[in-house]
Amino acid sequence: MLAVNEYLMLLLGTALVNNVVLVQFLGLCPFMGVSSKIDSALGMGLATTFVLTLATASSWLIEYYILQPLDVEFLRIISFILIIAGVVQFTEICIRSLSPTLYQNLGIFLPLITTNCAVLGVALLNSQKGNGFLQSLLYGIGASLGFMLVLVIFAGLRERLALANTSKLFAGPPIAFITAGLLSMAFLGFSGLPIE
Amino acid sequence: MIISILTLTIIGAILGLMLSAVNRLLPYKEDPLIKQVTEILPGTQCGQCGYAGCSQAAAAVIEGEAPLTLCPPGGPSMARQLAEILDRPLEQQSSDDIVLPSLANVISEQCIGCTKCIQQCPTDAIVGAPKQLHMILDEACTGCGACVEVCPTEGILLAEMPLTLGNWRWSKPAKPNPFRTPAISREGIA
Repeated sequence: MLAVNEYLMLLLGTALVNNVVLVQFLGLCPFMGVSSKIDSALGMGLATTFVLTLATASSWLIEYYILQPLDVEFLRIISFILIIAGVVQFTEICIRSLSPTLYQNLGIFLPLITTNCAVLGVALLNSQKGNGFLQSLLYGIGASLGFMLVLVIFAGLRERLALANTSKLFAGPPIAFITAGLLSMAFLGFSGLPIE
Repeated sequence: MIISILTLTIIGAILGLMLSAVNRLLPYKEDPLIKQVTEILPGTQCGQCGYAGCSQAAAAVIEGEAPLTLCPPGGPSMARQLAEILDRPLEQQSSDDIVLPSLANVISEQCIGCTKCIQQCPTDAIVGAPKQLHMILDEACTGCGACVEVCPTEGILLAEMPLTLGNWRWSKPAKPNPFRTPAISREGIA
């Protein structure tokens, strides 16, 4: 029972306390790019969740079953990128045939998940911390859930901002950046939680 | 050395095989109509219609979200083509408001021959050389305005295409013609 509790804490800790976007500042490109509509933000969040989880799992397998036994750890970054690119392509093929509308909405940002540094960042952090397989997987899921949560919250804020009476100087991206900063400050408040 | 090359090659090959297998399993059915309409549109992704690109505009036209005359560079002839393909009546405008596409024009006094616009033009419609006056080929210009933005001396402006015999057309009569007699059927005469 203690183990389950521990894993839950890990999940919560990566999603909120060490949020990839607002605390570690990874994956800011889709955070600003795909957050103008809640629908596409949710779609992007789900796609990234899928990619991140699959990529962390497969990069763990690559790390411990190929790179370390063969003593070629210096290939870590390039092989992780290879894996991530493959998983993104796989996701793209799936989304394209299952939901063409979502495919149109996400547009260029879908292939750009490859360069989302949150995906590579989580995989690298996992190998740095020496996490086990289940731990890595949970770390990936937690990080991507945190990513999706922040993306949806921010999209909601921006939808309201679009209607709000903002001063002409701040309308559009400037006020979005200010909002992102305030949101980041709000998320820093989670560091007071008794979770590591 | 060889081990690392082999490792990456094998990982890449396995990923490639898996992706091609998935691609076979989940074929992508593109709407042939969208493809056909996208081919008719200019394809310079200029965004004057308000959509992200030509394929999005094609989808919007097919669904009826956008009018057939959405594409300024395409002009009246393309609107007619669209009406034919989609089997939808072309909203006829009076001759006063024929929407002619805008074309770029070089103002010769301002042009310093910097070739910035030439590098931007998506359809290669601008001819010229460094330190030489540039010129625009009306046949190739789509009026996307990319050159206007980069011109350092405001030497290119968009102006509506002049009305010529080639693009002028009759407007439809507003009321049915009172002098036109109903067609007599041949059986009636015989």
